[in-house]
Amino acid sequence: MANRIDVLKTYKLYINGKFPRTESGRYYQPKGAKGESLGNICLASRKDFRNAVVAARKAQQAWSSRSAFNRGQILYRIAEHMESRKAEFVELLGKEEGLSSAKSKSKIESLIDRIVYYAGWTDKFQQLFSSVNPVASSHFNFSMLEPVGVVSVLCDEKVGFEGLVTAISSIIGSGNSLVLLASKNSPTSAITFAEVLHHSDLPAGVVNILSGDRDELATHIAKHMDVNALLYCGDDEKLLKELQTESANNLKRIIHWSAEDNSEEYLESPYRIQEFLETKTTWHPVEQIGGSAPAY
Amino acid sequence: MSKLFNSPKIDQLGLIERAAKFKTRSIKKEAKINGLKLALSMIDLTTLEGKDTEGKVRQLCYKAMHLHDDLDVPTVAAICVYPNMVAIAKKALEGSGVKVASVATAFPSGMSSREVKLADTKLAVDHGADEIDMVISRGRFHQGDYQYVFDEIALIKEACGKARLKVILETGELGTPDQVRRASDIAIHAGADFIKTSTGKISPAATMPTTLLMLEAIKDHYQKTGKMVGMKPAGGISDAKTALHYLAMLKETLGEAWMSSEWFRFGASRLANDVLMQLYKQKTGAYQSADYFSKD
Repeated sequence: MANRIDVLKTYKLYINGKFPRTESGRYYQPKGAKGESLGNICLASRKDFRNAVVAARKAQQAWSSRSAFNRGQILYRIAEHMESRKAEFVELLGKEEGLSSAKSKSKIESLIDRIVYYAGWTDKFQQLFSSVNPVASSHFNFSMLEPVGVVSVLCDEKVGFEGLVTAISSIIGSGNSLVLLASKNSPTSAITFAEVLHHSDLPAGVVNILSGDRDELATHIAKHMDVNALLYCGDDEKLLKELQTESANNLKRIIHWSAEDNSEEYLESPYRIQEFLETKTTWHPVEQIGGSAPAY
Repeated sequence: MSKLFNSPKIDQLGLIERAAKFKTRSIKKEAKINGLKLALSMIDLTTLEGKDTEGKVRQLCYKAMHLHDDLDVPTVAAICVYPNMVAIAKKALEGSGVKVASVATAFPSGMSSREVKLADTKLAVDHGADEIDMVISRGRFHQGDYQYVFDEIALIKEACGKARLKVILETGELGTPDQVRRASDIAIHAGADFIKTSTGKISPAATMPTTLLMLEAIKDHYQKTGKMVGMKPAGGISDAKTALHYLAMLKETLGEAWMSSEWFRFGASRLANDVLMQLYKQKTGAYQSADYFSKD
């Protein structure tokens, strides 16, 4: 088979558990760190984003009502599948970021470990962040954490695939669903990761991944009334300010991860989970006045 | 068999392809806004549940009159309720111009005696219903007892007095397009002011091909007799885009004369909110969230 023509993969979007082309029919041709083409990649439009948010909203409630343990199992399954396709990820990341195969391998392995790390946290962060609060009335007062809802993620080129994996594994573990716009230079690893998600029993719509132009979509993402939180991974101060301004209408929470701070201590921390949680406090009437010993 | 019951045969594939064509129409900007407002004015805001309460009906009536106080939008065409809620709705809608439609004739199954169906209709009319939505006897229809179905519609029409009669064919239970066409012809000849696809209680409810074939039946009747009959697709039309496709189909099949709430209705409970969300998006430029629109 000397003259065999390679079968090339078409990288498409990942919306609602399916791999559609962009509705706009547009594409772009990103280049790897060494200048070689990464292929024709979907240039997602604001309508693709809108469709992804609809899917994420629809999936969110059922996902968050799964047991925390089950969400952890699914995250772990994602790590298992990523491990089995390690060689492919090493090659893609090497191309996208211009890394040597040894460096690329160690980075992919650390990312797989990071998914396992966040898989472990799904049924533990609640114990860490919830509390029983002392109050001066006859109430049993306690606070619990709930997912914030639909989260949107924007990744800069500098954070690339690492930001993507960290964001997804820390955000969905607590029951959020998300729509992520991959950085412009890492679409092949991002969509390959979508394939991993797709066959890891993750329900359709919990994670949606788009490839495209950050500057084109950023305002629409910030203005969207049905997105509850927005994570920006990158260091464009001007963009960050714009996101904050545009998102004021529905009091969307804006979280910022700097590309500078890419230490393991920062990216592997339960506080990354906490940033996408809401606190619900309950005042439960009891017979005792606060301060005296309870009757139970 | 009487010639009346000898309806033309339907080219099912042609019908499906023709209906699919309407989905390719791109309706934007001004035309979109006008279309959406027209769609709103054609909605029969519906609540037909065993758990309906007087409060729920009053709430729905309020919504019918105040779809959105921040947008320049019309009221819906009518409220559609069960007969025992007609008086409540009538009172709540006094002076607003919104009509009260009532289902009758042992809705949704129609499995009762003629006396009970007539009494059901009379109850609704006596309480002030402006429109009656009756169901045909599908069992009798399938037995080939077309005369029975015809006579029943004619009798109910008589019992309606001044109220306009919509005849629900429940196309999802009729089986083939040929049967739907036959039922449409029977209803039209028996005196229906409107023919309506479905009760909304069984699936499939309204589809574009079925609606198209009923529109064709209306068109044939109009060309033969010069008498206009209205059309009401009901059930399953829940988003603005689909509503616009139906309007395109209406205009291209029956023409401008039918483009008002006098001759075309959408039976829907969720459609209004999606249309409002689209109109608000046109106004503000931001995609909307269901959280900011009243549920009923």
